[in-house]
Amino acid sequence: MSTLEIKDLHVSIETEQGTKEILKGVSLTIKTGETHAIMGPNGSGKSTLASTIAGHPRYTVTSGSITLDGEDVLAMSVDERARAGVFLAMQYPVEVPGVTMTNFLRTAKTAIDGEAPALRTWTKDVKAAMAQLRIDADFAQRNVNEGFSGGEKKRVEILQLELFKPKFAVLDETDSGLDVDALKVVSEGVNRAHEGGNMGTLLITHYTRILRYIKPDFVHVFVDGQVVEEGGPELADRLEEEGYDRYATGAATIAAAAQA
Amino acid sequence: MTDITTEKARIGAPSAQPFIDGFTEEGESLSPINAGTAGSTAAAPSAGPLAGDSAKSHSHGGGVGIPDSSRAGRLTSYQLADFKPLTGLEEDWRFTPLKRLRGLHSEVLSGAAPAVAVTAPAGVVVETVGRDDKRIGQAGIPEDRVSANAWENFAEATVVTVPAEFEAEGEISVVVTGAGEEASAQHIVIVAERFSKSVVVLEHQGTAIVSENVEIIVEDGAQLTVISLQEWNDNAVHASSQQAKLGRDAKFKHIVVSLGGDLVRVTPSARFTAPGGEAEMFGLYFADAGQHLEQRLFVDHAVANCKSNVLYKGALQGRNAHAVWVGDVLIRKEAEGTDSYEANRNLLLTDGARADSVPNLEIETGLIEGAGHASATGRLDDEHLFYLMARGIPEDVARRLVVRGFLNEIIQQIKVPALEERLTAAVERELAVSDN
Repeated sequence: MSTLEIKDLHVSIETEQGTKEILKGVSLTIKTGETHAIMGPNGSGKSTLASTIAGHPRYTVTSGSITLDGEDVLAMSVDERARAGVFLAMQYPVEVPGVTMTNFLRTAKTAIDGEAPALRTWTKDVKAAMAQLRIDADFAQRNVNEGFSGGEKKRVEILQLELFKPKFAVLDETDSGLDVDALKVVSEGVNRAHEGGNMGTLLITHYTRILRYIKPDFVHVFVDGQVVEEGGPELADRLEEEGYDRYATGAATIAAAAQA
Repeated sequence: MTDITTEKARIGAPSAQPFIDGFTEEGESLSPINAGTAGSTAAAPSAGPLAGDSAKSHSHGGGVGIPDSSRAGRLTSYQLADFKPLTGLEEDWRFTPLKRLRGLHSEVLSGAAPAVAVTAPAGVVVETVGRDDKRIGQAGIPEDRVSANAWENFAEATVVTVPAEFEAEGEISVVVTGAGEEASAQHIVIVAERFSKSVVVLEHQGTAIVSENVEIIVEDGAQLTVISLQEWNDNAVHASSQQAKLGRDAKFKHIVVSLGGDLVRVTPSARFTAPGGEAEMFGLYFADAGQHLEQRLFVDHAVANCKSNVLYKGALQGRNAHAVWVGDVLIRKEAEGTDSYEANRNLLLTDGARADSVPNLEIETGLIEGAGHASATGRLDDEHLFYLMARGIPEDVARRLVVRGFLNEIIQQIKVPALEERLTAAVERELAVSDN
């Protein structure tokens, strides 16, 4: 049983107009076996949270903490975080020219486990996982994400999730840009990874659509860098009907109150 | 305040170095490399009352060394005397440190030529011939003083002929082994006769101070790949003019791989003489501290309906690692239906390295399929590193993966498995040098 704990997290980025605060005090606790959905309108800071957990250098944590079973995640480098068991399925996976998927997957698996995977079972595992996600076998020989469609890139992210077996998975808008079929395939992959019982999931999404396939235990609504409402799966249903509009006024009220 | 240090924020971030050597706020200073050489003082117009230091800093060499207005107008001659002594301010020498040419431009090239050993499948004809052989001078004519110097001084030439319609099984290996540190001249002729198919690997190794002319004739319908490997010892100096003449429907692939040597300057060209020809020119170079690796190529679209594609990729690491790439593509008025693209990409792995990249494209007709040129020089992409590191891969391993991947695009073009493996290993060794 592991715990990923985010406490009063403040994060800013440097822009041409100066420093801009994106996350304004976020607290969340995720335990093994739980699925937390983070929902919110564009620009609310959802993806910033995901990238900050993974350690993207663009984001500066100004205060607060992230710990994994008490270990200070913020003190770890990007690769140390991954080896500690944090996985980020990226919203826009980058293409890495000249590096084949096969080479990449094996190198990453070796780094995460601290030893090279047994060649025969590994090849079989990769093939099986690719087949389940309906990724063509020839993708193994292609360069990482190069020339992949949006949907293929997302499937390859989930492929890695299934192969690397992290303690916590952060899915950054994995559902965006997917058609219904691809969404189902990807969701099944996440559910398989979850069924192992050794993973906690932070699912970041703009839409409620993916929540028909991946059932969240908790839903957190993000507006303007803060969690404005929390609840169980029923909150997602309500968002489906009402959208985010009612929070817009809420945020304005909060801002007005802060200024007063 | 949480201690997320600048350590992580600076992965691959640009250095704070304010300017590039040889560049001022106003742009490039011509030929910083050759400033102060004996030749350049003679040519620099510094004595006049109106040409003080301040005036000079605003001029591009004070009227000396103005680039040719067109590549078509470049002087070519078999006679050394037709080329003026070099000053380093000439357009085509401005990036080359003349001092390090060890006399290739100024001395009689009387040293022993590097030994040539050819291994070829049965059926391929290998000859050593004298200067008066009629095949010499068919594909090439010197375009610069160093090449003309070799032309004037070579004693004998190696001629490799792939007979008409012959399809060579396995590659033809031409191993050129340096014979020492006396300036020398070399001449090699490769003839791919009509409808033949072959791969020639030209390997340069050992220690030499050599100017080399390689003439390549690709006759009608022939398919020829020439791979020129420069894996010299650290003290070698090598200038190589590799000129190819392409017949009707000829397919020519040229790959330059420069890894070793103190100064290596390869000047390949492909000239189309009949329609339907195709030229692919690739290059890979890895410049270490102090190394000067230069490549200047020329594609001459002189006739209609030919295709060319050029891609050179280089990595540089260490102080004063210097790479130069100049790509001249000329599409003449007659060359309607031309399809052409050239690109150069450089990865600067450390501070203190310098890459000069100049893609020149001259187009004299609008009736073409396409013409493009591109150049990009940069550091490792932070997003590539982040992606790999976010999968647990340590930074040094991630860097190596990305650089290897970057150069692999050229290695994949070779299609000789044993050679591909050897070059992959050579790139690994280069990467291991400074643990990038």
